[in-house]
Amino acid sequence: MIKKIVLMGNPNVGKSVVFSRLTGANVISSNYPGTTVDYSKGKMLLDKKQVEIIDAPGTYSLESANKAEKVAVEMLETADVVIDVVDATNLERNLYLALELLERDKPVIIALNLWDEAKHIGINIDEKKLEEILGVPVVPTVALTGEGIKTLVSKIKEAKSPKKIKPTSEEARWIEIGSIIKQVEKVEHRHHSLRDRLNDLTIRPLTGLPIAAGIIFISFWIVRIIGENLSFLITEVFERGYKPLLLGLGEYIGDGVAYNILISQEYGKIVFTESLGILSTGIYIPLGVVLPYIIAFYFMLSLLEDSGYLPRLATLLDNIFHKLGMHGYGIIPLFLGMGCNVPGALATRSLETKKQRFIAATLLAIAVPCMAQMAMIFGILGKYGIYYIFLVFLTLGILYITIGIILNKVMSGTSPEIFLEIPPYRRPSLKTTGKKTWMRVKWFLKDAIPFMIFGVAVINILYTAGVLQWLANSLQPIMEGLFGLPGETSIAMVTGFLRKDLAVGMLISLNLNALQLVIAATMLTIYFPCVAAFIVLVKELGVKGMIKSAAIMICTAINVGIILRLILIGV
Amino acid sequence: MRGNGTPLAHLKVGKTGRIIYIHGGRHEGPHGHHHGHHSLRSRLNVLGIREGQNIKILSKQPLMGPITIAVGSAQMTIGRGMAHKIIVEEL
Repeated sequence: MIKKIVLMGNPNVGKSVVFSRLTGANVISSNYPGTTVDYSKGKMLLDKKQVEIIDAPGTYSLESANKAEKVAVEMLETADVVIDVVDATNLERNLYLALELLERDKPVIIALNLWDEAKHIGINIDEKKLEEILGVPVVPTVALTGEGIKTLVSKIKEAKSPKKIKPTSEEARWIEIGSIIKQVEKVEHRHHSLRDRLNDLTIRPLTGLPIAAGIIFISFWIVRIIGENLSFLITEVFERGYKPLLLGLGEYIGDGVAYNILISQEYGKIVFTESLGILSTGIYIPLGVVLPYIIAFYFMLSLLEDSGYLPRLATLLDNIFHKLGMHGYGIIPLFLGMGCNVPGALATRSLETKKQRFIAATLLAIAVPCMAQMAMIFGILGKYGIYYIFLVFLTLGILYITIGIILNKVMSGTSPEIFLEIPPYRRPSLKTTGKKTWMRVKWFLKDAIPFMIFGVAVINILYTAGVLQWLANSLQPIMEGLFGLPGETSIAMVTGFLRKDLAVGMLISLNLNALQLVIAATMLTIYFPCVAAFIVLVKELGVKGMIKSAAIMICTAINVGIILRLILIGV
Repeated sequence: MRGNGTPLAHLKVGKTGRIIYIHGGRHEGPHGHHHGHHSLRSRLNVLGIREGQNIKILSKQPLMGPITIAVGSAQMTIGRGMAHKIIVEEL
């Protein structure tokens, strides 16, 4: 009886794509190693019976080296059948894990994935011969298009544990692999392709660095253009379609506490960014301001991921990240964190040592605002000019680098060198990129919007109860004395723990000038992560690590607030 | 064989070398030993970087930065320190 199937394979061989083909579930997969740091579970039908299927993190061998690989080995123990996903373009290397799997007492079936790409670059594999040598079914697949998946499913029952492959040593395995490769693989010589040229240009420092600067600049420019225009359109719909409805509802409810909580603090007047009603601000900020930028950002990020560019960027920037106590892979949590700090914090797992992970996570929480927050910063500062937005990001950039350098110096522990696979460039398909963008946007809608509405409700109730005014009054001397901000800014800081975007939004009604807005927005980014990111960080760093990290955040926020005040406003 | 080799790190961009030896057994090297028993050699081995294989240098980042190499149809970026431990003969 097959109850549990586990997908195993090297990193970046398309395991997650095979998984989503088998289960119909949507899983984020990217063209760089280490995307699946956790495992995903799904169900599929096999002979009309439901079986569980698990997508284990990628691993090169069963002598696990890092956290993700250990998880993979644990998953393996529980499997009834193992589907080993093998990269046909890298057969030799992938066979190592395959042999290790075959040495165990588990039924195995091999999916020879990326079959089309292997053909394309002139690698011909005799899969029948391979099947014969290994003694298990071998099925060529192209998971991206679904080719071969049906055959794979139909042969799962034929998976077996061949007795002829006995446990052996590392050396012996490589010798065995050498002989297998000789029998099954033929490689045609091919010409230097356009793809190789592009590869060379983007990875050599002289051409690669200017290209990287260009790509990053253009990406952000596109995010802003798409975000701004979408936001404008959605706002129109809110103003013309939704507002009259809401005003009507307001008249029906009448003035009172219910009106204040649902629609606005002020009777008969609705300003979507300021009214703080669950049905007004609570819905407008996530849909009208934040969502457009989330869509734009994840679209660009998915494009960069699927093309395979990010590992090249990691290579080019490795030097800089080393000075900050990480290595080039540190770019991945940074980029993911710009979408949302939660996946950013999870991505720090792919760094090898505790020191690297601590630095990556702390810098993420301090200096990397999520797209929701950035969208609001664009929103409140945009009308004063790009200069003020630039000031916020310049400050955060300086912090990322200086705190990184300091932590690298003072922390004990090692920062090993980069060791990263560079996947081939792939032309991103609009369909898969679009699907991935949609999955991430859906995740935002599902997770962020209820939270936002909850946040608005909490703030609203605390307002109505007078707690927040009391807080503002008591913190007045500190906020004003140290940072040149009105006491009410402390309310935004409290809100920031729930949702940062909402907190930035609350600054609008405080009538701050542009420079005060810069100080407040910068401090809001630094002082603490939002609750969602906080929970993940505690998990990743442990309680002790989190306390250390939080102490750094709060000290930094206070110091930066004071310094910015002195520079921008004066004493 | 070991006598006439040069470290991979000394090869110029675009050149190819055949690996003759990889330093870094179980107790060698100051880096990367948080994995305990896992040596640099077997970490490289599972990625297909082994004695007898050909390695091509695709790029070198400045200031002792990492090196990007091609082995078979795979490419990877490795640190300069690792590249010093891979001894090759230039082809």
